[in-house]
Amino acid sequence: MKNIHASGHVRGQSVFLDDLPVHEGTLYAAVFGSPVAHGRITGADLERARALPGVVAVFSHEDIPGKNQIGGNIRDEPLLAERELHYIGQPVFLIVAEDEWTARRARLLAGLQYEALPAITDVEEAWGREQFLFPPRTFRLGSVDEAWEHCVYHFEGEAETGAQEHLYLEPQASYAFPAPHGGMKICSSAQGPAEVQHVAARVLGLPVHRIEVEATQLGGAFGGKEGQATAWACLAALAAWRLQRPVKLVLPRQDDMRMTGKRLPCRARFRIGLSRALKILTYEATFLLDGGAAAGLSPGILERALFHATNSYYIPNVRATAFCCRTNLPPNTAFRGFGAPQAMFALEAAIARAAYELGIPARRIQEANLLKEGDEFPYGQRARQAHARQCWARAEADFDIRKKEKEVEAFNHQNASTKKGLAMMPVCFGISFTKTSMNQASALLHIYQDGSVGLSSGAVEMGQGVSTKLAQLAAMALGVQAERIRVETTDTARVANSSPTAASSGADLNGKAVQHACAQLRRRLLETAASILRAPLAEVDLHAEQVWRNGRPTALSWEKLAPEALQRRVNLSAQGYYATPLICFDREKEKGHPFAYYVYGTAAVTMAVDCIRGTYATEEVCIIHDFGDSLNPDIDQGQVEGGVVQGIGWMTSEEVGCSPDGRLLADSLSTYKIPDIYAAPDVIDCRPLGAEGPGMAALRSKAVGEPPLMYGIAAYFALIQAIRAFNPHYRPGFRAPMTPEKVLMALYQDENAAAL
Amino acid sequence: MIEFVLNRQLICTDKPAAMPLLDFIRREQRLTGAKVGCGEGDCGACLVLEGRLEEGRMQYRPIVSCLTPLANAHGRHIVTVEGLNLRHLSPVQEAVAEHSAAQCGFCTPGVIVALTALCLSEAPLSPEKAIAALDGNLCRCTGYQSLKKAALAVAARLPVERQNRAIPWLIEQGWLPAYFDAIPGQVAQIPRCSPAFAPGRPILGGGTDLLVQQAGQLMAEAPNLLCERWEIGGICEDGDSCFIGGGLPIAAILENRTLNRHIPGLGRCAPLIASTPVRNMGTLGGNLANASPIADLAIIFLAFETRVLLNGPSGRRELPLEDFYLAYKQIDKSPSEYLEGLRLRLPGARRLFSFEKVSKRTHLDIASVNTAIGLDFDGETMSRVRLSAGGVSPVPLLLRRTGAFLEGKMISESVLGRANALMQEEISPISDIRGSADYKRLLLRQLFFAHFLKLFPEHLSFENIHNEGLLAHEKHSRFRAREGAIRLSG
Ligand SMILES: Cc1cc2nc3c(=O)[nH]c(=O)nc-3n(C[C@H](O)[C@H](O)[C@H](O)COP(=O)(O)OP(=O)(O)OC[C@H]3O[C@@H](n4cnc5c(N)ncnc54)[C@H](O)[C@@H]3O)c2cc1C
Ligand code: FES
Ligand code: FES
Repeated sequence: MKNIHASGHVRGQSVFLDDLPVHEGTLYAAVFGSPVAHGRITGADLERARALPGVVAVFSHEDIPGKNQIGGNIRDEPLLAERELHYIGQPVFLIVAEDEWTARRARLLAGLQYEALPAITDVEEAWGREQFLFPPRTFRLGSVDEAWEHCVYHFEGEAETGAQEHLYLEPQASYAFPAPHGGMKICSSAQGPAEVQHVAARVLGLPVHRIEVEATQLGGAFGGKEGQATAWACLAALAAWRLQRPVKLVLPRQDDMRMTGKRLPCRARFRIGLSRALKILTYEATFLLDGGAAAGLSPGILERALFHATNSYYIPNVRATAFCCRTNLPPNTAFRGFGAPQAMFALEAAIARAAYELGIPARRIQEANLLKEGDEFPYGQRARQAHARQCWARAEADFDIRKKEKEVEAFNHQNASTKKGLAMMPVCFGISFTKTSMNQASALLHIYQDGSVGLSSGAVEMGQGVSTKLAQLAAMALGVQAERIRVETTDTARVANSSPTAASSGADLNGKAVQHACAQLRRRLLETAASILRAPLAEVDLHAEQVWRNGRPTALSWEKLAPEALQRRVNLSAQGYYATPLICFDREKEKGHPFAYYVYGTAAVTMAVDCIRGTYATEEVCIIHDFGDSLNPDIDQGQVEGGVVQGIGWMTSEEVGCSPDGRLLADSLSTYKIPDIYAAPDVIDCRPLGAEGPGMAALRSKAVGEPPLMYGIAAYFALIQAIRAFNPHYRPGFRAPMTPEKVLMALYQDENAAAL
Repeated sequence: MIEFVLNRQLICTDKPAAMPLLDFIRREQRLTGAKVGCGEGDCGACLVLEGRLEEGRMQYRPIVSCLTPLANAHGRHIVTVEGLNLRHLSPVQEAVAEHSAAQCGFCTPGVIVALTALCLSEAPLSPEKAIAALDGNLCRCTGYQSLKKAALAVAARLPVERQNRAIPWLIEQGWLPAYFDAIPGQVAQIPRCSPAFAPGRPILGGGTDLLVQQAGQLMAEAPNLLCERWEIGGICEDGDSCFIGGGLPIAAILENRTLNRHIPGLGRCAPLIASTPVRNMGTLGGNLANASPIADLAIIFLAFETRVLLNGPSGRRELPLEDFYLAYKQIDKSPSEYLEGLRLRLPGARRLFSFEKVSKRTHLDIASVNTAIGLDFDGETMSRVRLSAGGVSPVPLLLRRTGAFLEGKMISESVLGRANALMQEEISPISDIRGSADYKRLLLRQLFFAHFLKLFPEHLSFENIHNEGLLAHEKHSRFRAREGAIRLSG
């Protein structure tokens, strides 16, 4: 089934936040951000800004009626700066005017006096000074040091990945307006409306029930609108509350890029030991994650980095430690993969280092260590329905990897100025929020008297197709066509306390809740039908929009059944609820069973490098992906393609960078380069593994959002291969992204140069 | 009064001339199909069609409405995605929906406009053209595979030649709404305005630089609108030279038949410069007068003997293009002068030309380094060598000494090695967001070699050049400026 929103999208009729009809008297806000990365506020001059015709108000932290605090579990993030400034772009004032241009012009007139303080923008420096956002954590299995002694091969090294800007095409947006009975309605482009509601209530000093938050549909999010939607929603709400007028705040792209955090950059040191048979006996990694100026979602990100430190491999002795460092950069945050990509890159770097030193293909080490059924992860869970080896073997066979390797070799032999490289990447990604309590969801279904159905859940549609999947699930469960189901916007007044739509789990959790609600409705309707037909319940069935008796259609259609049920005072609404069973995790011991199941896959990526210019192209991406029993192959295929291209972008052209004084170097689309249609791979050949999905996934269709991003990691190692084919002196430094600059410098690096 | 037809409706407005068209469409007209993705021309979410009446026919091109000054819409037909809607999905819309090429849907209206522009385009269709139609549309969700399939499907359903898919045909076949029929008549009735040049007021060309930099400020002023000035909108041959109007969009120049006859390969530069919609808007005058050290047209025309024609209250004057650039972002032009165009001395038949550009992303990106070379070759030696380079000095640079060195030389690896040594002395790159100084030096060397490998494949081998290059690189490492290091970790 195609995306239910497709027709609205192609006709330009889908309603994103900035497209909502505007209420009369709407005002527009602009955020004044800190001009320094670290400083102490000594004074403010807002008179000139206030005096500009059209400016209605300028707010500071003093205007906040409740708590000036938008932090999550760790309360370290003010909505508006009070005394200290912690990063460039940190919101300090909110300017509200009759139109956007006036608000932005007034922003140029606002003055802030401050005393600049030394800024930390380097994660190593933060680490050296023990600037941690929260305490470090360590996962352990076996005995690393003891095993080290038994290894035949020992390698140590470093790996580094950079920040990644989400670049959802729709910037952060919010629109708040006073609601009846002293309430406040906030429309927010948020992945987690309930979180926005909760924090906005705190900021306004109101009970949570006075705030209603609605998300229509998001123009992409990728984790960037999970923790990070809150500030803009709260700011709009603050202004709307104080002025009792509608206030809209849509971040201009440059504000969005300057003020919001990215994927956490990560520096890793590793130590890896192998047996003669290339078994990885021991692996030790220390991750320095750059959390930026506030904790935000970083505790969960750090945790997931540790959960996936061994990716798709079984390693008997592991010690993985992660520090989350505080720097004077915008608070970094969730991004597809949530810490796992950073950790997986480090392990692949360790494997590549070992392979280069041993003079063998990395593929041999990868293959020798893949997970098998029952293997234990460093956090105690055991791999069940482990498809790592199956995916790998299928990839090798289906895509004839050996032949491809030979072709690459032959090509490199024949071509002096173009070189190719091929790398493989296995992925194993755990599905569930690692914070067990978040693994719950509810849904609310109404059948109306004409038989049409309204479906609300906690899931936010952001392009991942969750609405389509929920409509499919409901239609199947009720026995009607999907067209009968209208998937409503996500609203806290209809579905409360929902977890954010994140961790790839939106369709699983909400899908199960929808199924639960549908089961109730279905039972009531079957009972009604049985009584109308005067038939025993066991003889009636409901499917294809029809009531059936003993396998034969009756005259009772869905459209007749619904009003009849209403006449008979049958409750046509149901709330469904689901909490993932079995999962648990003990943070004291760092052991448990945190994941409902795992998604597996293997990718092979071929890159071609122009050795004259240092430019490159992704020629081919071949993937075997473990979809389970895909509920919607069109949508799932799209998720894989989009994810892998984002991963390739992260490994190649997407570079944020920052100056020593804390300014992001790439802060607009003209400097930050996501893949365009030409940079995208020529071919993405993704085939389903075909293994049965787990019962914990809705209709055994596995979660699909995040895992494919990590296939992109192979692009980095394929580039390294190609460069090595040209320049035998090249010493890889395992620092992603591998921009055309780094590639050219590597192609012409001489023997004595530092690793690159 | 600014007058234009927006979809099916005639608009007369006195909103500021420099108001972004996108703001007007979304805020004033409440047509919310076109999206605000970036406001700086880079994403294509705001694409609209701009139709001009040319020789009695409407010619439609995609433009980014976020950078289009409202006044530049005067006398045009502007079509948003809403203006393309029929009762049923158009074949373009169908292709995008069928191929699941709309995920979050935010880029989708722009995609629909871009693919409709493909249907309306003058050029014969091909798979490459179909993909290229989306060169100005960023999508963060799909990874582009489904978009490519949709684009190819659209092209496959259309006749290759334009005359077989003219507007009446497209209407009949359900690709366009019927109202397109009446547009030429409507547009023809809008009075042309050719305002007098007002010295001292800001000059606005296509707006692709100015509206990024200062849209807010410009809205309060009444800028000179150059796109409407007839005298700077043409290309004409005149004896041994050719006049190229400063108001011409980049696309019109690169695709121009006359110019391509004299400069073989000019058209092939296009995919490396901006995107289809931005090339339809950005003008020659803007590209040169913006004084960016990496302006692609400046680099291209420096490879030819070219003179800049300026006009203003104190009359006309002209000067060589290389002398137009004085220092970083400074040009030999008073605020009251405008750039009327270029006078290109027509190259002879023996003239060879090559343009090279590398940026972080190959397409839709500003150069880290760009360079062009023009030279006459008689089968033995080179003459009238003009080598230009951008991104390696404060201005678009003509490498006079390197060019002079190459004069009269035969092509050989060692000549190129020595030329590179000289070139490294002529340049002074700095480290910035587009690359470190060391990188730019190395890159220019490589692109310099690339010119010759491309132009003289039978005279040179990459391996030998490479060896020469390594030698030269070592020798000249002492020239490497080590600017304040920038850290690239974020
Ligand atoms: C997304 C995007 C991608 C781009 N990619 C490239 C690229 O790849 N290569 C490249 O070179 N450029 C690129 N540019 C920059 C820009 O498009 C070009 O420089 C363009 O040619 C500018 O022309 P314009 O008419 O739009 O200039 P405007 O913005 O209208 O004006 C720019 C400057 O020139 C002045 N000016 C304009 N016309 C005249 C005139 N006739 N006489 C005197 N002064 C004048 C204006 O006053 C202003 O100072 C890109 C821009 C965008 C938005
Ligand atoms: S909004 Fe991005 S190009 Fe116009
Ligand atoms: S579908 Fe989301 S940006 Fe293209």
